[in-house]
Amino acid sequence: MTTKAKRRTPEPYLWLLFSGGGVIAALVLPVLVLIFGVLAPLGIGDPAFPSWTRWILLIVVFLCLAHAAHRIRFTLAETLRLPHRLLAPVAYGLALAGTVVAVIALV
Amino acid sequence: MTVLEVSRYRPGIDAEPVFQRYEVPDNDDWAVLDGLNYVKDSVDGTLSFRWSCRMGICGSCGMTVNGEPRLTCGTFLADYDGVVRVEPLHGFPVIRDLVVDIEPFLEKLSSVSPWLIRSGEDPASEFAQTPAQLEAYKQYSMCINCMLCYSACPVYVLDPDFLGPAAIALAQRYNLDSRDEGDRFDVLSTDEGVWGCTFVGECTSACPKHVDPAEAIQRYKLTAAVRSVLPWVRL
Repeated sequence: MTTKAKRRTPEPYLWLLFSGGGVIAALVLPVLVLIFGVLAPLGIGDPAFPSWTRWILLIVVFLCLAHAAHRIRFTLAETLRLPHRLLAPVAYGLALAGTVVAVIALV
Repeated sequence: MTVLEVSRYRPGIDAEPVFQRYEVPDNDDWAVLDGLNYVKDSVDGTLSFRWSCRMGICGSCGMTVNGEPRLTCGTFLADYDGVVRVEPLHGFPVIRDLVVDIEPFLEKLSSVSPWLIRSGEDPASEFAQTPAQLEAYKQYSMCINCMLCYSACPVYVLDPDFLGPAAIALAQRYNLDSRDEGDRFDVLSTDEGVWGCTFVGECTSACPKHVDPAEAIQRYKLTAAVRSVLPWVRL
């Protein structure tokens, strides 16, 4: 073991986002796809969603993108042997960019 | 006859590992280790490998059999068709033939303080535990340090600094013990500790004692993540 193993790491926070995104994606995403992708376009159900729905959607989008970024980062790191210091800013940066797009579209 | 194709590496003779074939008699109750011992005793006394108990307890005879990390005492020749290829455990430096260097592994084990850490006076009597308190860590105490989980772990093979499945499971064996008062957070919550694990799960598949090190690591990830966000919480 080397001494570098003792330094502080941002991984717990990134893992919580990854973990939360995984739960959200598994539990909520299929329901949202059903409501917004199938039922609403078919005119089934009440199209007048309360205004706070958009905030919930923003949280869902952010967590799902963070989950995807984390998974893509580690997949590329281990398959292509690319360094985390290069992959992490790109992966999480794209997740943040996607969230900004969601903010512009929804708010 | 069964053909064993055994990896040989003799420092000073072989520039790199080479395969050598040996014929061993067919016996339904022979494990791979019995085949190797037949070779050692009757064919080629220069073949080197570790073994001791022959009953899956000592953890000495881990090798790569037809590409899979296995205890050779519990892996039977009759279960294989054709040539059986025996190599040293992947992911470890080879000292000679099927013998690998276990020093880095032993350093990892000792780095997690694998003992009961107590503060204050020595106890006057034994610590009583309920069956539930025993059950909380018993599974992780079944590890025999055979290193099959390290050989199966793609993260460890890519990064030898990774603390690895057995050491983290051993840390959890003490973390979850009601008698322990230690704190292994600074060793475990690092890039080379639990955060190096990407939950491939091969460690658990390879474990001959059903320790489930992958579960131990994921459980400590949650513990470490909660402690990182809420430092005053002790799980």
